[in-house]
Amino acid sequence: MSLTRTQVEGIAHLARLEITEAQMPVYVDSLSRIIDFVEQLAAADTEGVEPMAHPLADQVQRLRPDRVTETDRREKYQQNAPSVAAGLYLVPKVIE
Amino acid sequence: MSLHTLTVAEIAAGLKARSFSSLELTLQLLGRIERLAPQLNAFLTVTADRALDDARAADEMLARGAGGPLTGVPIAHKDIFCTDGIRTTCGSNILANFVAPYDATVVERWRTAGTVLLGKTNMDEFAMGSSNETSFYGPVMNPWDVRRVPGGSSGGSAAAVAARLAPAASGTDTGGSIRQPAALTNLTGLKPTYGRVSRYGMIAFASSLDQAGVLTRSAEDAALLLGAMAGLDERDSTSVDAPVPDYVAELATPLRGLRIGLLREFFDKGLDPQVGKCVRDAIEALRDAGATVRDLSLPSLPLSVPTYYVVAPAECSSNLSRFDGVRFGHRCEHPRDLQDLYRRSRGEGFGAEVKRRIMTGTYVLSAGYYDAYYLKAQKVRALIAADFARAFREVDVVLGPTAPTVAFELGAKTSDPITMYLNDIYTIGANLAGLPAISIPCGFVNEGGKDLPVGLQLIGPHFAESRLLSVSHQYQLLTDWHRRAPPGYD
Repeated sequence: MSLTRTQVEGIAHLARLEITEAQMPVYVDSLSRIIDFVEQLAAADTEGVEPMAHPLADQVQRLRPDRVTETDRREKYQQNAPSVAAGLYLVPKVIE
Repeated sequence: MSLHTLTVAEIAAGLKARSFSSLELTLQLLGRIERLAPQLNAFLTVTADRALDDARAADEMLARGAGGPLTGVPIAHKDIFCTDGIRTTCGSNILANFVAPYDATVVERWRTAGTVLLGKTNMDEFAMGSSNETSFYGPVMNPWDVRRVPGGSSGGSAAAVAARLAPAASGTDTGGSIRQPAALTNLTGLKPTYGRVSRYGMIAFASSLDQAGVLTRSAEDAALLLGAMAGLDERDSTSVDAPVPDYVAELATPLRGLRIGLLREFFDKGLDPQVGKCVRDAIEALRDAGATVRDLSLPSLPLSVPTYYVVAPAECSSNLSRFDGVRFGHRCEHPRDLQDLYRRSRGEGFGAEVKRRIMTGTYVLSAGYYDAYYLKAQKVRALIAADFARAFREVDVVLGPTAPTVAFELGAKTSDPITMYLNDIYTIGANLAGLPAISIPCGFVNEGGKDLPVGLQLIGPHFAESRLLSVSHQYQLLTDWHRRAPPGYD
């Protein structure tokens, strides 16, 4: 199945990825090939098969007491942020 | 005294006997890294000062008669592992200036064991690649032939250990990223059972497949290092609460009586005949040593590559949504608004293969396609896991080649993603089923006047790392393929 340019633009929008004009045909082509390739799964007989989301079937999510275990390391973490002020992450104005 | 050729076990013995100090060894390796690493592009960050500090601290411990077998042993980490206070890029431009604020559990455990950190190794961007050519920081060259790839995604770790720049390095394996580079560079590469080693602080690609492991020059070294990284970690909810065996003690288990299954699907038309011959010779050696061999078929296995290329991109598209240009990582210049900030920061920060996989994942998870692709792939994944489970009722390990060919030339497979994806045709099954698997050296093929290594892959049932390591160790007692060093790096 071939993907159209419009479809790929839609996917790029959903994924919040800017794709340049020049690169768009490359993605249309390679994504179409990948989707074609994975299409062969359709032929597999999976009637009655439970989907597998985790490789170890008998694993259960561990629970722990609802207590604070982390210390406040905001300052250290924010050293990696592109823009902060007064302990807050700055982004362009969202509401005009 | 030349120390760079020593294995981890030999280093441990030498340090204990005070034949040399960790500082002497570390200085020699740092010298080699300075001289030889640039031509291979194996390291992204060399932590020389930290290495010298670690080595001095280790020597003090050893002088007091304290420390364990890994105290003073130099290692390198794949740049996917967070290292407190040290740049951690994951091979990506989006993390070019990211200084990790904490240690990954693997890093912390090896550090507690007394290892010396030499640096961070190059890798495919976000571990997405099979040739180390998707790294933003340039490809890694294979020390066996610098015109060829070292495999990926743990290509820098593989090149560093093969070139005797480090005795061992960490790696991660989502679809073959430890085993395939190990095969292409003549190393022992172990991917443990899913959940055996904590993923905390290991930058996520596909969370139901990712697993940390090790690249070494012997199975004995892999046993030593796995013991120091495995085990329950409360900070990773998928980490398994199962006792960690003494992997080194169990290396002595003899081969006699071992039941080996040969997967018919691993000896397909895509397998290079010369690679196949090396693998068959290795099987004969194991049979001569008392193992029994039988043919097996896993009918769903040929679907493992398409299954993987739905599941892994789906998980990656979700995991990589955290890179938003707000909290860490690259931010574009002068964003017009928040949407523009997201789109351009991510568009500029991620390379082509990462973008391709994010978009594949976004598509297969999107409304209207979820059932046909993602849910379908999860069902086929269950079929593949069931095939393996059936096989392990009849045999102790399954065996085959690690990769269909020896190392290929740089650029040979970059134009078509599918051609590149098919490199992992023999390794992906173990990830989908969460099984432990190992690649060990089993011979060479001469191409273009160069001897190029071939890897033998063993896959075991869940938590059978001891068995994989003991079979590999016993094979390595019978053969010396694993001792061969690339010309110019011996």
